[in-house]
Amino acid sequence: MRMKSLALAAALSLSVTLPAAAEPVKVGMITTLSGGGAGLGIDVRDGFMLAVKNSGNTDLELVVEDDQQKPDIAVQLADKMIQSEKVDILTGIIWSNLAMAVVPAATAQGKFYLSPNAGPSALAGKGCHENYFNVAWQNDNLHEAAGAYANDAGFKNSFILAPNYPAGKDALTGYKRFYKGDVAGEIYTQLGQNDYAAEIAQIRASGADSVFFFLPGGMGIAFMKQYAASGVGMPLIGPAFSFDQGILQAVGEAALGVKNTSQWNKDIDNPANKAFVESFQAEYGRLPSLYASQGFDTANLILSAMGKASVGDADAFRAALEEADFDSVRGSFKFASNHHPVQDIYVREVIKEGDVFTNKIIGTALKDHADAYAAECKL
Amino acid sequence: MSGAVTNIRSGARREWVINLVLLAGLGLVPLWAWFADAPFTITLATRAAILALAGTGLNIALGMGGLVSFGHAVFFGIGGYAMGILASHAQNYDPLVQWPVVIEGTQFMPVIWIVAILAGAVAALVIGALSLRTSGVYFIMITLAFGQMFYYFAISWPAYGGEDGLAIYVRNGFPGLNTLDPIQYFALCFAVLLVVLFFNARLIRSPFGLALNAARQSTQRVEAVGMDPFRLRLAAFVLSGAITALAGALFADLNRFASPAMFSWQLSGEIMVFVILGGVARLCGPLAGAVVFVMLEHFLGGLSEYWHIFLGLLLLLVVLLAKGGLIGLLSGRGAAHG
Amino acid sequence: MSPILFIEQLLNGLQFGIMLFLMASGLTLVFGVMGLINLAHGSLFMIGAFAAAAVAGWSGSFLLGLAAALAAAAAAGVIIETVVIRRLYNRDHLDQVLATFALILILSEGTRWLFGSFPLYLERPSWLAGPVTLPGGIEYSSYRLALIVVGLAIAAGLFFLVTHTRLGDRIRAGESDREMIAALGVDISKLYTIVFALGAALAGLAGALVGAIQSVQVGMGEPVLILAFVVIVIGGIGSIKGALIGALLVGLTDTLGRFLLPILFGTVMDPASATAVGSALASMAIYMLMALVLLIRPQGLFGGAP
Repeated sequence: MRMKSLALAAALSLSVTLPAAAEPVKVGMITTLSGGGAGLGIDVRDGFMLAVKNSGNTDLELVVEDDQQKPDIAVQLADKMIQSEKVDILTGIIWSNLAMAVVPAATAQGKFYLSPNAGPSALAGKGCHENYFNVAWQNDNLHEAAGAYANDAGFKNSFILAPNYPAGKDALTGYKRFYKGDVAGEIYTQLGQNDYAAEIAQIRASGADSVFFFLPGGMGIAFMKQYAASGVGMPLIGPAFSFDQGILQAVGEAALGVKNTSQWNKDIDNPANKAFVESFQAEYGRLPSLYASQGFDTANLILSAMGKASVGDADAFRAALEEADFDSVRGSFKFASNHHPVQDIYVREVIKEGDVFTNKIIGTALKDHADAYAAECKL
Repeated sequence: MSGAVTNIRSGARREWVINLVLLAGLGLVPLWAWFADAPFTITLATRAAILALAGTGLNIALGMGGLVSFGHAVFFGIGGYAMGILASHAQNYDPLVQWPVVIEGTQFMPVIWIVAILAGAVAALVIGALSLRTSGVYFIMITLAFGQMFYYFAISWPAYGGEDGLAIYVRNGFPGLNTLDPIQYFALCFAVLLVVLFFNARLIRSPFGLALNAARQSTQRVEAVGMDPFRLRLAAFVLSGAITALAGALFADLNRFASPAMFSWQLSGEIMVFVILGGVARLCGPLAGAVVFVMLEHFLGGLSEYWHIFLGLLLLLVVLLAKGGLIGLLSGRGAAHG
Repeated sequence: MSPILFIEQLLNGLQFGIMLFLMASGLTLVFGVMGLINLAHGSLFMIGAFAAAAVAGWSGSFLLGLAAALAAAAAAGVIIETVVIRRLYNRDHLDQVLATFALILILSEGTRWLFGSFPLYLERPSWLAGPVTLPGGIEYSSYRLALIVVGLAIAAGLFFLVTHTRLGDRIRAGESDREMIAALGVDISKLYTIVFALGAALAGLAGALVGAIQSVQVGMGEPVLILAFVVIVIGGIGSIKGALIGALLVGLTDTLGRFLLPILFGTVMDPASATAVGSALASMAIYMLMALVLLIRPQGLFGGAP
């Protein structure tokens, strides 16, 4: 301890002109860059790298590795980054099941983990950790907002469906936590299922007035196309994952007008977001996605903490992260006691701008929303 | 004639030399990494040793018995979950069974291994008894079907984490060792591999091994001497499943995590790849295959985002050009079965 | 449960089954004639879907997209057959499994390299976009109805091809006795290439047709591949009739299982756990069906004696 403070004092006296802690920080990013889910990981990585580039800060060193969406590979990469790369901070994981495999072990070894996407409930409640920060959302958040929106829209009888796996169950639980009407039907589909004819027939027969669905990635594309073709006209609601910039073009007309909930959109009016959207398009030649915005915010959070404390001093660095003193592209952003975001969640509608399908914000579903598990967390 | 015999002999001798070099290499590289303070290399070597063990299990069914099982991930996954379930119950002080007798979970590796082996053996007995009624492609496909059944069951059954998998936060214990230390855990896995390889070498020469080999070549021949080929194959399948389940338990402990991905058909395919890449029915074939596979995964993955293309090309070349796998290529003994 | 809903679900099962048949028929032909297990068949399905999406997106015509799918998958089939598959006919199943497993890796990542990581857009033609009303007041997607009709027509064409044409005679001869057709002076290697390309084209067509209502993305072929294997094993490997019956069985079991099992469990437990248990069992149903069929008839429903 004395050695450390001596070293710190020495560093301070040497670098009078530099900010308090110019000590380099090494960040290890484990994310999905190959296979069917690669689009999400690529966006997180690109958003993160853009923020680092825009900041001009050369003290942040980034190592990126591909987890192939396999939990055992992710664990192996985490070991590699901790053992041989000696990183200070880990980030990047897209999928909840991979996060569950990596995060507890990483934080137990004293590393910081900043989640740019997954937010399983187990890590928000009893399993929370002082070194674990979620910069995106707790998994239930967008579904809760969808439930709140359903109330506002006057829906009284929702049909709800999600894949039969833990995140799917969290989704339906989250929706029902806020939604006050009746449930016309509840279906768990198979993970990776691509044909929803049987489910759509049940929706048609159920007499519901609205349909809430959580079907990420290709499953959502298939569902929306088939739903539009079936002629069942009830309004759809869903979380942003099925309406993201990366996949909307693949859904096409079938998604037009559908309401979805998100903590970010490219038309949120603040300078940080404008700069982000413009520089992302200039750098990569495509519109940024939700995932890119989360990667961008994650990097900016780290950069803000680097300006305040040295990563070698874990307590000070943690305190700097807790302050969340950065310009989030979402506008107001702060952490709850369990290190998960407190933020506004918006309702968006899918529109067509020229040839491109995209979203525009039409209202706010929940203001300054935290998650349901914070009380269970003893931090 | 005598020339051919000498050739086979020298090929066999060369194969032994290759096996020894392989084993020594796998044992010494982590030792070097330990001195050089490169713990991740040790982790990679541990991974290779465990995957080699899984392949060695499959090799008993595939190489000795001629049973092309495309569902060995079932046993790997069962081993993994045996570890995950026992350890998570022990961690939460939550008995596994309340009635009629209280059975507690455990974090004691030897007990976990025995449970994994038994569970794998029982599963292999049931699956084998059903699947061995078929042969050829039908056998490949029915084992695949069982694999898919377990996979979907593991994903959708909520009690032990479903698709999220089951994480334990501390590696299980082994008397006298600190298993969280990479080199010590490697030594443990390597020792298990050596014991199983030794057992396997004895098995090949045992009356059972010879009878199994005969049954693979000609069913009538073993029937003529009054043996039941179905029982021989079933025994081989059970043994094979039990060893692969042991590997699954070690693998889950390496990652401190068990997941439904351990049941996936891609993993069944990968275990098969280790065996074929190294050389079917060769004692150290799965070892060579697993070592090469882990190295490719590690080095190619760093080269390109699209490294699967190169992995695919390499596998293709091995199948098309190197009959008898890598060991066959190196030892000059082309045919898979001497 | 109303009868209308039940009939609609039957139609859904039928449509799913017929799409599986398009995949399975190629697989079973290739196995029957050449004795080859082709794990890369799902990649041909994917190639068809990507070709259709690319050409339909560029030209605006769905039919041109379908033609492109057929052409691209057949061409890919010819290339794969002549470069790789041809060397595997005399190998055991093990080598075939490994080599075609390697082909999956190459084709999937190659497609991702060409088209990127995001799903592509492929839509039904506008003249099949809406629902139609069937007798009895059943509203049903016109595109799915068209899939049933097209699939049945292709099945009929395939039966005709195998039983009434010269090519069909050779295919059947190839299934029963390979030396024989060589002795008859048939160019075997050409026959094999044609059969493989035919199977590939059918898979590509299925990919394009299904891609229009699902999502065109890398890896889309693998789940279908496994289902197609289940189909041909149930039907008996090598038998086109078996593939058709097996496909319909699998399609109906899967669709009705997903629909009926949760209702069934709902009668004895609370709705939330009934849906969870019911859908867990439904996802295993077709594999149980397959295990059951093989236990009763180890060579499949229409397979010859092993």
